Amino acid sequence: MIVAKRKPFDELKEMIKPYKKVLNVGCGTCVSVCLAGGEKEVAVLNAELDMARKLDDNPIELGAVTLERQCDQEYLAELDDMIGDYDAVVSMACGVGIQFLAERFPEKPVFPGVDTTGLAVNQDVGFYEERCRSCGACVLGMTGGICPVTMCAKGLYNGPCGGTNKGKCEISQDQPCAWFQIHERLSKQGRLDLIMGYKEPVEWLDQVPRMTIQPGYKKPEEEKA
Amino acid sequence: MRLEYPASVKIIHVPCSGKVDVLHLLRAIQKGADGAYIVGCLEGSCHFNEGNYRAKERVQYVSSLLEEVGIEGDRVRMYNLTSGEGPTFAAYAKEMTDHIRALGPNPIKSKVKS
Ligand code: SF4
Ligand code: SF4
Repeated sequence: MIVAKRKPFDELKEMIKPYKKVLNVGCGTCVSVCLAGGEKEVAVLNAELDMARKLDDNPIELGAVTLERQCDQEYLAELDDMIGDYDAVVSMACGVGIQFLAERFPEKPVFPGVDTTGLAVNQDVGFYEERCRSCGACVLGMTGGICPVTMCAKGLYNGPCGGTNKGKCEISQDQPCAWFQIHERLSKQGRLDLIMGYKEPVEWLDQVPRMTIQPGYKKPEEEKA
Repeated sequence: MRLEYPASVKIIHVPCSGKVDVLHLLRAIQKGADGAYIVGCLEGSCHFNEGNYRAKERVQYVSSLLEEVGIEGDRVRMYNLTSGEGPTFAAYAKEMTDHIRALGPNPIKSKVKS
């Protein structure tokens, strides 16, 4: 899932300082599961902001609503009737949701309530670890299911580099070498020949936002054609 | 056993200290309470295994949130005892009350009406 963490309070407070009526919008999916931006976190942040602004003699009126998802206009539409009552919006969705909300209401100042930190697995309650950088050219089939883009400090598709050191990465003794782990796993599976496979470098040059259209679907403007 | 404890303490019963949420404590202070504390079972003797550990973590978290806001984090506390310890309960109530008196009123209170 997409994982995020609450922005530092002082930063948030500073961003919305000039506004008197602010709507705080949570997201009911990824950021709810990772305890960063769901209904509860919206309520906690609002309670904090309310107290801090009272202490500053600059009271604020705060609204709270949590949508099913913010990366979907269908759910963002629920805000249409209420957005007019507010000077600004805080979105506690991931970076994707925040942008989609801002796009729907281009006249409204929209502020991020969280810092989006990646695509991660749930290791324990409240503990998440990044596993994928959404590179768009997955090599897990060649690497024994270990992502070198995320787990290798240099993101090497073809590793290891010369810095690999008895299972550790050269950046730190606390950091396992991803390519060492890949070697171990492939060797256990008797598929070590795969490590000799060469993966073409990814075209990182001239990056534009990537589009994903699933088979059988079209862009809305092509739908009629 | 009739025990006296400070009248300023308002008791809210919950089935387990693990039931107390971050928001309960935060809202208490937001609405003007001078302090809020959880009394849970002794560590290691929770019927639900870790209710009181969760409660302790939440108290610590709320304490840090209050500090961020500019209110003394020590206005929220956690105490532990067994269900048979009435006198200890009364002693903790007094300790908390004295502690909060020393801190003075919740700074939000003077602003809540405004
Ligand atoms: S190679 Fe790594 S970053 Fe790329 S898609 Fe696969 S898991 Fe994600
Ligand atoms: S030592 Fe291993 S993990 Fe570190 S940069 Fe080199 S290949 Fe990557």
